[in-house]
Amino acid sequence: MNIYVLIKRTFDTEEKIAVSNGKIQEDGAEFIINPYDEYAIEEAIQVRDEHGGEVTVVTMGEEEAEKQLRTALAMGADKAVLINTEDDLEELDQFTVASVLAEYLKDKEADLILAGNVAIDGGSGQVGPRVAERLGINCVTTITDLKIDGSDVTIVRDMEGDSETIKTSLPLLVTAQQGLNEPRYPSLPGIMKAKKKPLEELELDDLDIEEDDVEAKVETVEVYLPPKKEAGRILEGDLSDQVSELASLLRNEAKVI
Amino acid sequence: MEADTLLYRGGSFLYGPAEADTVFTPEDFTEEHRMIAQTAKRFLEQDVRPQNEVLENQDFGKVKELLQKAGDLGLLGHSVPEAYGGLGLDKISKGLVGEMLGSGGGYSVAHSNHTCIATLPITYFGTEEQKGKYLPKLASGEFLGAYCLTEPNAGSDALAAQTTARLNETGTHYILNGTKMFITNAEFADTFITYAKVDGKAFTAFIVEKDFPGLSLGPEEQKMGIKSSSTRPVIFEDCEVPAENLLGEVGKGHVIALNVLNLGRFNLGSACMGASKYGLGLTLGYVKERRQFGRTIADFGATQEKIASMAMRIYAAESLQYRTAGYLEEALGGLYDAEDQGLIAKRMMEYAAECAVCKVYGSETLDAVADEALQLHGGYGYIKEYGVEQMYRDSRINRIFEGTNEINRLLIPMNLLKAAMKGQVPLPDLVEQAATEMNAPQVEEIGPVSREAEAVKAVRRVFLMSVGLAYETYGDKLGEEQAVLIKLADMAIALYAAESAVLRTEKAVAENGEEREKLKRHLTQALIDELLLSVEMDARQLIQSAVDNPQLGSATAAVTAELSRLQRGGTADTKRKIALAQLEAGRYVS
Repeated sequence: MNIYVLIKRTFDTEEKIAVSNGKIQEDGAEFIINPYDEYAIEEAIQVRDEHGGEVTVVTMGEEEAEKQLRTALAMGADKAVLINTEDDLEELDQFTVASVLAEYLKDKEADLILAGNVAIDGGSGQVGPRVAERLGINCVTTITDLKIDGSDVTIVRDMEGDSETIKTSLPLLVTAQQGLNEPRYPSLPGIMKAKKKPLEELELDDLDIEEDDVEAKVETVEVYLPPKKEAGRILEGDLSDQVSELASLLRNEAKVI
Repeated sequence: MEADTLLYRGGSFLYGPAEADTVFTPEDFTEEHRMIAQTAKRFLEQDVRPQNEVLENQDFGKVKELLQKAGDLGLLGHSVPEAYGGLGLDKISKGLVGEMLGSGGGYSVAHSNHTCIATLPITYFGTEEQKGKYLPKLASGEFLGAYCLTEPNAGSDALAAQTTARLNETGTHYILNGTKMFITNAEFADTFITYAKVDGKAFTAFIVEKDFPGLSLGPEEQKMGIKSSSTRPVIFEDCEVPAENLLGEVGKGHVIALNVLNLGRFNLGSACMGASKYGLGLTLGYVKERRQFGRTIADFGATQEKIASMAMRIYAAESLQYRTAGYLEEALGGLYDAEDQGLIAKRMMEYAAECAVCKVYGSETLDAVADEALQLHGGYGYIKEYGVEQMYRDSRINRIFEGTNEINRLLIPMNLLKAAMKGQVPLPDLVEQAATEMNAPQVEEIGPVSREAEAVKAVRRVFLMSVGLAYETYGDKLGEEQAVLIKLADMAIALYAAESAVLRTEKAVAENGEEREKLKRHLTQALIDELLLSVEMDARQLIQSAVDNPQLGSATAAVTAELSRLQRGGTADTKRKIALAQLEAGRYVS
C-alpha cells in the first residue's frame, strides 16, 4: 500500500508564546511534530505493518522542518519529503499548503493519505480536506478507528463526543483525532536507522508551481496574545437583580451580546 | 594511540587552563543527541513516572518489565558495541540518557546499575566469547545485571574483600565462598559481576549467573529511599563458576572494579543533575501557585534567592558533566572493539579526578536542590503526595554509593600528588609560578566573562598555593592528612565547576552573541561571586589548620588579596534576574 502522511512542525506545547513586532518569536523555541500528526504517523506505520507497502512523510516549510521528518523516520516511516518554500514564499496559508501538497501528491497514486485533525498552532483543520478535494478522493476527518479490507475501509469518527461509523473506500484521505492510537516514540536503533533513510528536498520549481498561483489568500492584519485573564467577579444581591446586572455587564462591559 | 596523545590530560584542570573551543557543552548537542534525549525523556514520563506508586511499593516485577521495555527502545544498549547487539553510542549520549532518566528514583538506579557497572566490565574486559554470550542479552534486557563488590566488612575498602575463589581439582570451575552486601537488582538479576580473591589473595572478577549452584539471595533490605530498586545480600556457598567465566585476569580484579567505577561516577553525576532539574521544575510549579500574604510565594525575595541558587548549581553541574563526557568520548570512543586491555584501563583511569568531581558535585547539587525544594513546599513538602518527600529520601544515597563523597574527594588531590611524585606533573614549579602570579596579577582578557575567567585562574593559583603550603607542613605524610586533603578537594571541585561554567558561557556567547546568552552570563557571574567566597573560606581554613603561626598571617593575606580583588557588587540583583527567568519558563533554563 502506498501511504503518505502530511505533517507539520509546530511549537512545543510547553513553550511560552511571545509576540514582538507583530510576529511570534521563534528564537530559541523548541519545536515538535504537531501532536495530531503523530497519531497519523503511528496509524500509517501500523497499516503498513499489517498490509505491507511504504510510508512517506511529507512536510512543507523551512529547512528546519527536516528535524521533524527525521523523527518521523525514526518512528518507522520509510521515506521523507521536505517541500522547502523558504526562498519562494513569505506567507503560507491553508490554500497555499493544500495547493502545493496536492500538486506534489497528484501523480503519486497514494492509496491512503493521513494527516492530523488540526495543527495545534493555526488550528484551522483545513489542509487535509482541501488536499482531498483537490485530488478528488474520499475524505473522512477526526477518525478514531481505521480498518482496511482490500479497498473497503471502515472508519469510526469522533462527532464531538459521539461517534459515527462510516464505510468508504480507497483511495482515501483521513485526519487523525486523539484516541486513534498511542503514538510510539522513536527507539534508539530507530534514531540511528533514520539517518540512513532517504529524505528528499524539493522546491516549488521542482513541482512546476508558480509562486503567484499559490499565493496566500489570507491576510494577517494583526498578531496579539489573548488578554490576561482577569480575576472573576461574584454578583450579589437579589437573584433577579443579579440577572439584570449580568445582562448589562455582558452588553456594556464585555460587549458580547 | 597512547594516553599522551589525548588533547586534554586527566586532572590537568588543577594546574593549567583550558580553551573554550576545546570543551564539549550542551550547546554542541547534535540533532541525534536531542532525539536520543527525547526518547529517554518520553520513556520516563510516559512509562516510568505513571507507575511510581507501584514501584514505590516494591513491585519488582514492574521494574523488570520497565527495564525490558527500555531494552526494546535501545536504552540499555547505548554503551554496548554494535557487534554485540548494542548501539555503540558516544559518551555524550550515555550522559544524556543518564540525565533524562535521573529523576526516576529507584528505577533510575536499577537502570544505570544495569547499563554501567553490571555491563561495562564485560564490554571492556570480557573475552570475545564472554561478550558474545552476555552482551546481546544485556543490551536487549533479556538478561538483567548486578554488580557484587561490597561486602559486610569491605565497603570503601573494597580490596579487603573476604569472598574467596578456588579452582577445583579438575580445573573446570572456580568455587566461590562469601557474602556480598547491598547488591542492586539482586532480586531479578541474571548475571552478577562478582569479585573474589583467588586462593584468598588474588582479587579477581567473575561473571556469575543466577542459576549457578551455590548462589542464593538474602532478604530485601528496608531502605530509606530508592525503594523500587531491589537491594539484597548475595551469598556464595561453594558456588560453582565455570573457569571460562573468569573476567580479565587472575589478580587483576581491581583494574576492572576501579575503572568501571569511573564511568559509574560520571553517570551518577548525570543522573543527579537530571533529577535536580526535575526538582527545580517541581518547585517552580509550586511557588507560582502557592499564595501567602496575598501574593504568590514566587514573588518573595527569599524564594527567588533559593531558586537562583538551585539554577546556578545546576548550570555548573550540567557544564562540568558534558565537558567530562567530551573528554571520556575522546579517550574511549574508539575503544569499543579494542583488544588492548592495558590501554582500556589506562584510558578509563585517565579522567578519574573529573569523574570524581561529577559524582561529588552532582550528588551534592541534588541534595541541595532536594532540600530547598522541600523547604519551599513548606508543610506540603513533608507530605507524600507532593513528590518532593520521595525526592528528598531518594537523593541521599547518591553521596554514599559509587564510592562515598569522602573517598571521591580524597582521590582528587591524591591523584595530583601521585602524578607529581612520578614526575608527570612538575608540581613544585607550578606552585612557585602560582605564588609569583599572585604577587603580580595581570588581567589581560577582555570579554563577556573576563572577570569570571580571571577568577578561575585566581582559584587555581590559590589551590596550588594551598597544595604547596600543605606539602611544606606535612611533607610526604600529606597523604595521611585527610582533613587537609578534603579541603584541597573542595577547592579543586569548585575550580572544575567554575571553569566548566565559564568556558561554556564563553563558547555560547562566541556562538550566539551576548544578548541571547544573557542568562548564561548571569548564571556564571553569580556562581563565581559565591565560589570566590567559598574558596577563600576553604583556603583560609586549610591555612589555619595546617600552617604554623608565623606564616599564617601572610598566607591568609595572600589568599584574600588574590580572591577579593575579583569581587563584584550586585549579586542579589543578578540572582533575582536568574530566578525570574526560571519562574517565567517554569523549568530550568540557561
